[in-house]
Amino acid sequence: MEGWGRYPRHESQAIDCWLPEALAGTVTSRTGLIGRGNGRSYGDAAIGEYSTLMCRGLSRMRRFDPSSATLTVEAGVMLSDILRSFVPRGYFPPVVPGTKFVTVGGMIASDVHGKNHHRDGGFGDHVIEFKLVVASGEVLTCSRTHNPELFFATVGGMGMTGIVEEATFRLRPIESGWIAQKTIVAENLGEALKALQQTEDATYSVAWIDTLSQGASLGRSLIFVGEHATLDQLAGMPRADRFAAKDAGVVSLPFDLPQWLLNKTSVAAFNELYFRAGARKAAKTSLVHWDKYFFPLDGILEWNRLYGRRGFLQHQCVVPAEDALPVLSGILDRFARSGKGSFLAVLKKLGGGNGLLSFPSPGYTLALDLPVTQEVFGLLDEIDELVVRAGGRLYLAKDARQSRQTFEAGYTRLAAFKELRKVTGADRHFNSRLAKRLGI
Amino acid sequence: MKGIGKTLLLIGATSDIGRATALIYAEAGWDVLLAGRNRSAVQREADDISARTGASVLIHELDILATSRFEDFVGVVSPLPDTAVCVVGELGEQSRAERELEHAAMIMRTNFEGPALLLGLLAERFAARGSGTIVGISSVAGDRGRASNYVYGAAKAGLTAFLSGLRNRLSSSGVRVLTVKPGFVRTRMTNAMKLPPLLTAEPREVAKRIFAVAEGGRGGDVVYVRPIWRPLMTVVRSIPEPIFKRLRL
Ligand SMILES: Cc1cc2nc3c(=O)[nH]c(=O)nc-3n(C[C@H](O)[C@H](O)[C@H](O)COP(=O)(O)OP(=O)(O)OC[C@H]3O[C@@H](n4cnc5c(N)ncnc54)[C@H](O)[C@@H]3O)c2cc1C
Repeated sequence: MEGWGRYPRHESQAIDCWLPEALAGTVTSRTGLIGRGNGRSYGDAAIGEYSTLMCRGLSRMRRFDPSSATLTVEAGVMLSDILRSFVPRGYFPPVVPGTKFVTVGGMIASDVHGKNHHRDGGFGDHVIEFKLVVASGEVLTCSRTHNPELFFATVGGMGMTGIVEEATFRLRPIESGWIAQKTIVAENLGEALKALQQTEDATYSVAWIDTLSQGASLGRSLIFVGEHATLDQLAGMPRADRFAAKDAGVVSLPFDLPQWLLNKTSVAAFNELYFRAGARKAAKTSLVHWDKYFFPLDGILEWNRLYGRRGFLQHQCVVPAEDALPVLSGILDRFARSGKGSFLAVLKKLGGGNGLLSFPSPGYTLALDLPVTQEVFGLLDEIDELVVRAGGRLYLAKDARQSRQTFEAGYTRLAAFKELRKVTGADRHFNSRLAKRLGI
Repeated sequence: MKGIGKTLLLIGATSDIGRATALIYAEAGWDVLLAGRNRSAVQREADDISARTGASVLIHELDILATSRFEDFVGVVSPLPDTAVCVVGELGEQSRAERELEHAAMIMRTNFEGPALLLGLLAERFAARGSGTIVGISSVAGDRGRASNYVYGAAKAGLTAFLSGLRNRLSSSGVRVLTVKPGFVRTRMTNAMKLPPLLTAEPREVAKRIFAVAEGGRGGDVVYVRPIWRPLMTVVRSIPEPIFKRLRL
């Protein structure tokens, strides 16, 4: 079994689950079990120490209340299904990550952040309540007032408190399925940070960094700022088009690409084209379909195979705003000098997270993909040093390799989390490879 | 979603194909009546469909083996549906069916007796009204008996013949009768099996095809979900018996 990055790979017995009623029995009869949604976490978070509970079969929506726009679904329901059903009816999920092929259970367990985190917080902040199957097999309803300790441990808790059976959260009303997008060009990292700071009132913002540019243009970026387009911005567009479903031609990568294809020259050429194209659109507001704005990579299914058999790592850290410029420059510079090209890196401003192990904390997050090679591990260890010294941390949903020290330095509420695992008996039943690796 | 004032009756609502089919109809604005054996499981599907589409979905408890209840059910079902789709089926285990009469009988009754009797009764009411569409899900396994699943295959062959006769009789009554043969479908039952991708359909693909043929009038009366099955089964059917009996299929 493997995560989206295809590294690491571990043996784990897959257990199918089709009915919510069956969860209790499975949980109580196992140890070393972890829930798995659609396996879009990169590393070993969704690989059970011994067995892995496949939650995709818990795919039924339970109810929708239009008066409060609240939706209750089983944990295996896919974000793509929610979008398909609700965008045409004028609602959008409160928070979406960079792929729509994730489950609600996975979004809660990772407390996923979207391009609106600086304003609206993580997915967990919009969850009203959920049902959690705990180690004893009991099904507990958790909310901010009901079992709040379990609620805040489960949001961002990477499945280590139990299995989320179903969840209730609020959708946001939208007037159309289009995003009014503005592109800002930043010549270097300083400008990029400033632009993200200045667009804080915007609903959505994210920066794509060219990781190969160095020196004075280190961190040159395109910043995409977006709002759900309003009716007057669409000027008379017919309703059918306002909510046009674009099942945009999805193509699959049918085979693994050889690793040499992703070399410095090809990446540099790609980035150059990408930034020139972006710069041409700068300043003008353009209308972009939601699917393209939020999920540009979903157009190519299985793009993870782009990196070849050995797989790839994603390094995603967050560092506090005060030192962001020197620290992130240091990191980018280190990457640039190593010549380990990532197509693009993503930079985004985060607010705080509320789960005990939620990744987001106030500051800036930087994410880059790197193919797995011998040398890359040493490089990343060095970079982790910079992150830790700045008081930052790494995202567990992306992690496949960080050390225990890095982890413990970053997650300051870890002790409370471990204590809760002990008290609820979760430590004896729920263990992923990630939990083992990091000693949680 | 605004309703269009038409009703689908889906028999076998908790199967993957049944669920996908009901959803396709609901997405198109139909009201849906789900019938199935296990009330809470059927309710789960009903909630799912109404949350996804806003459609009104009612449920009815119905066991395909409880044939003595059919007349009551068909008598009270209201409104009388415009289209009835029966996806009930049970693969069973061939080797067990060779030894246990009861298992063999269950397979035959679930795949033939129950669906045929129920669809036959519904057809009567449809005919009296002068309109309606009956869709029976049969199987390519009914096209020719094979060693690996002939009990199931025989029952499906029976259903295919029944639907064919029903269609023949009602051809000028305003009632349409369709036979759908899905081929391999990626479902809960086949989750663990290795299926040939070219011959294997997703439940939603089957559902879309059913809807297109039943409501769009596209395609004939006997539908193979993936077109490639038609020539394939023509070949399988035309292998002479002396040769066929020596093949291990
Ligand atoms: C292309 C791409 C872009 C991404 N962009 C972002 C982004 O912008 N922001 C962001 O925050 N993340 C992002 N991610 C990460 C992704 O959102 C998370 O990894 C998410 O958790 C994956 O959901 P999943 O359903 O596939 O869960 P899995 O990967 O299967 O599991 C993830 C975690 O959730 C737990 N889990 C799953 N289901 C349950 C359940 N029912 N009960 C309890 N625990 C459960 C697992 O144990 C595991 O710890 C991205 C990933 C990809 C591949």
